[in-house]
Amino acid sequence: MTVELFIQYLFAGITYGAIYAIVGIGFNIIYNTTGIINFAQGEFVMLGGMIAISLMPFLPLSLAIALAVVITMICGALVEMVFIRWLDSPGVLRMIIITIGLSILIREVALHIWGESIRSLPYFVGDEITTVAVLGARISPQVLWVIGVCGLMVLVLSIFFKATSIGRQMRACAANRKAAILCGINTRNMVTLSFMLSAGIGALAGCVMSPITSTEYDIGTGLAIKGFTVAILGGLGNSMAAVGAGLLLGILEAFSISVMPLAFKDAIAITILLMILFVRPHGLFGSSTAAGLKEF
Amino acid sequence: MLKILNLQAGYGNLKVLKNVSMHVARGEIVTIIGANGAGKTTLLSTIAGLLKATAGEIRFEDRNIAALAAQKIPALGCVLVPEGRQIFADLSVEENLILGGHVLRRNGRRELARQLDHQYALFPILNERRHQFAGTLSGGEQQMLAMGRALMSKPSLIMMDEPSTGLAPLIVQDIFNVIVRMRDEGKTVLLVEQNAKAALQVADRGYVLETGKVVLQGRARELLEDVEVKRAYLGKDYGDFYDGRE
Repeated sequence: MTVELFIQYLFAGITYGAIYAIVGIGFNIIYNTTGIINFAQGEFVMLGGMIAISLMPFLPLSLAIALAVVITMICGALVEMVFIRWLDSPGVLRMIIITIGLSILIREVALHIWGESIRSLPYFVGDEITTVAVLGARISPQVLWVIGVCGLMVLVLSIFFKATSIGRQMRACAANRKAAILCGINTRNMVTLSFMLSAGIGALAGCVMSPITSTEYDIGTGLAIKGFTVAILGGLGNSMAAVGAGLLLGILEAFSISVMPLAFKDAIAITILLMILFVRPHGLFGSSTAAGLKEF
Repeated sequence: MLKILNLQAGYGNLKVLKNVSMHVARGEIVTIIGANGAGKTTLLSTIAGLLKATAGEIRFEDRNIAALAAQKIPALGCVLVPEGRQIFADLSVEENLILGGHVLRRNGRRELARQLDHQYALFPILNERRHQFAGTLSGGEQQMLAMGRALMSKPSLIMMDEPSTGLAPLIVQDIFNVIVRMRDEGKTVLLVEQNAKAALQVADRGYVLETGKVVLQGRARELLEDVEVKRAYLGKDYGDFYDGRE
């Protein structure tokens, strides 16, 4: 393999990895405040892309994306308020089945609104043949957009959780819900907020990736599986570990093409997921004692 | 300050509290003693709003709080230090305290800083460990953190559920010293304890809870001398062998 080819694969891997990481972080944010896996996470990514594409004829690109993110966040809040909030201490299994049902529902609604056609946002800079040279390899500027935006989201999120009062309240809610209530924190609002936040980052990822990967009504399922793999690989509930795990999965997938047929690319994620669940269910970066306390 | 009238509560079909009535006056330390399963923790959880009362009234400063959501109660000045400490383990000590001061968020940063300093003065060990993860503290330090966190909200009534459980005798002594100090600073304390002797020694009054009912109440000193209490909760029949232990 030449150096140029290596870098080409590496960038492709990092690009997909960054998207997986964002979906994985979305899983973790909701898992932390509610203890459930929201399998409708991938649908938020699809919604973000689709809504932005629909808004394109009326608004400049940046505004269309911003509005799409806001609308998806509202969708996330609505999903939580309508389907999750009123449940009185629901079981894990019940919640998971609800979110799977939700993902099917959102997908079908999207099919009715947008149809089966494959759409995409225009490239943010230039078009599909514009490239920049990086260490001898030719990279689309959109790849740099995806990596940059995802990196920025991770940075902003970590500052948000560390340094802001609301971020601290969300972490408190994740660490010990009962104690958070006893401190006077409205934990239900924190749950709604976590759905909004997950929906928002998913939607933004959906917008920046759309020019490269294009958007279709059913991309959510595949992304949810990848994101879930990443969340488990990093250690469920550990948001920042999902970044490492996401990049790892993306790069593995990208390099698999050089040794295996393309059709097996998706099998990589499933294989990793199964292996991790058998061998190291607490994830690469998680501690086994913490995992022992988790319900799921 | 706190008046409880014919309170009933439980979990599903299981009735744990059967017509409990009691009161706590301002500036008192009142203790509730009783065996495991008597309903002590249930009583405190119901007052704190974590559990909904099925009947009866909880009047805090002449307001019925029985139907109020749990997260609204700390702002009224009534706060619970829960059983098993329940600190935020993967947050730092200081973050734990700041979260305890959540209800002060409208009073500005200066008030929050003042309260932080106050807790650090009361518990110097927390100051030393302020940037450590709370989960790395020892049991006694965690209990102090839980108490400091509760005090951050400037409560008028502080309820404590088994603060001495699982701690070494020397540290239990520290915890009880702090409880007395809180009372001296004008707080009212409602204390639930397995360690009946230690609790009655610092308390002004006490209630004895048995299978969800108050079976005995009175001045703490009188309860310490009560034959029934001695036999059932202080282990006096076994001589001084058990002194200083549960």
